[in-house]
Amino acid sequence: MTDNEYGTIIRNGLWHNNPALVQILGLCPLLAVSSTVINALGLGIATTLTLVLTNLTVSLIRNQVTSEIRIPVFVMLIAAIVTAIELAMNAYFHELYLILGIFIPLIVTNCNILARAEAFASKNAPLPSTLDGLFMGIGFTAVLVALGAMREVLGKGTLFSQAQLMFGDGAKWMTVTVFGDYHGFLLAILPPGAFIGLGLLIALKNVIDARRKALPAPTSARYAAHTHA
Amino acid sequence: MLVKHMFKTGVLLGLFAIVGTALIAFTFDNTAERIAAEEREFLLRSIQALIPASAYDNDLYSDTVSVVSPALLGSHAPIPVYRARKDGKPVALVMEPVAPDGYSGAIKLLVAIAYDGTVLGVRVLSNQETPGLGDNIEIEKSNWITSFNGHSLSNLDAKEWHVKKDGGMFDQFTGATITPRAVVKAVHNSLKYFSEHRDALFAPTATKTEAPPHD
Repeated sequence: MTDNEYGTIIRNGLWHNNPALVQILGLCPLLAVSSTVINALGLGIATTLTLVLTNLTVSLIRNQVTSEIRIPVFVMLIAAIVTAIELAMNAYFHELYLILGIFIPLIVTNCNILARAEAFASKNAPLPSTLDGLFMGIGFTAVLVALGAMREVLGKGTLFSQAQLMFGDGAKWMTVTVFGDYHGFLLAILPPGAFIGLGLLIALKNVIDARRKALPAPTSARYAAHTHA
Repeated sequence: MLVKHMFKTGVLLGLFAIVGTALIAFTFDNTAERIAAEEREFLLRSIQALIPASAYDNDLYSDTVSVVSPALLGSHAPIPVYRARKDGKPVALVMEPVAPDGYSGAIKLLVAIAYDGTVLGVRVLSNQETPGLGDNIEIEKSNWITSFNGHSLSNLDAKEWHVKKDGGMFDQFTGATITPRAVVKAVHNSLKYFSEHRDALFAPTATKTEAPPHD
């Protein structure tokens, strides 16, 4: 793999093939827990960790598994890894588990994990597969957090509320009240708000992509800027 | 040839099933003890938040009985009751009733009741309520749960032991009525159970085998 190919993996995960905005995968957990930034961040981190571990494992065994049984083997491994993560978190990070605990089983319902195992990790070496898992996870987390921020500001008028749950009592200052004396906009917190919000984010991405295409190629644009100066 | 291939594939699938199961079994084996210890520690800390450590002098964690009352305590499983005493006199007890009718399944509670029948405090031990809506019953998210403090069967009548929407005096949340309704009902029922069985609930540990009547 050349540097260029690693660059492609990173760009695909974050933007061009973003799991939430382009592949539209993992909607169940995405819509369920994006009601606040902190919930979104919690699920995002747990999903990223799972993606990295499952992609690495699947890549390591990719030559041993025959094509007929690859899907059941991947599903079994993903379920085993998620369960192991849940148990280990419960034992060693009990406080964090009490907060993220309800999100962990949701990860199994995230078809994005199986999609990356099948589409990428089963065909690539361990290093690029791990990288793919990491950046697909970060791309997913970014969309979750953006959606969480939209819904939290509109729905409750705050940002980062309950940050102390994730970062400890020292993080209470992180909570921002955007609108004081705000009575809340329930639609944003309820599931329809999640669908509408995600639709708007996808539309925004398409607009940005369309604008970029319409502009002259980036190299000539930079060149033009230079000559101006 | 085909049979050989099928056989090989079957064995491989079986092997991965064993590996997956072994991974879970190994993790479980290595974490079970720690998880139990962490949960006990968490429970003790929760109890101390409800009954100040200075109010009792017994070993609360081992002075326990378990009772069964599906009608009032919400579960067919035995509900543990921890008794707090000072100089041998009953002070308060903490029990773990279940609100069976939450929005997403059962909500496990921790209810501390003083000997005179007043609620000392309520906490949520576990729930699967909707994040951002129903989970405001957790003390970390809002202090709604403290609205039970100081109330009893005598200072509120049966009608007042409801959420406001149902004519009672406890707030519901915007967008979530079912969750607080379930919790209010469970706390109310715990108090009813307490008033019916108070003496049996505080019976010394020596008579532990004769647990309060099961109904």
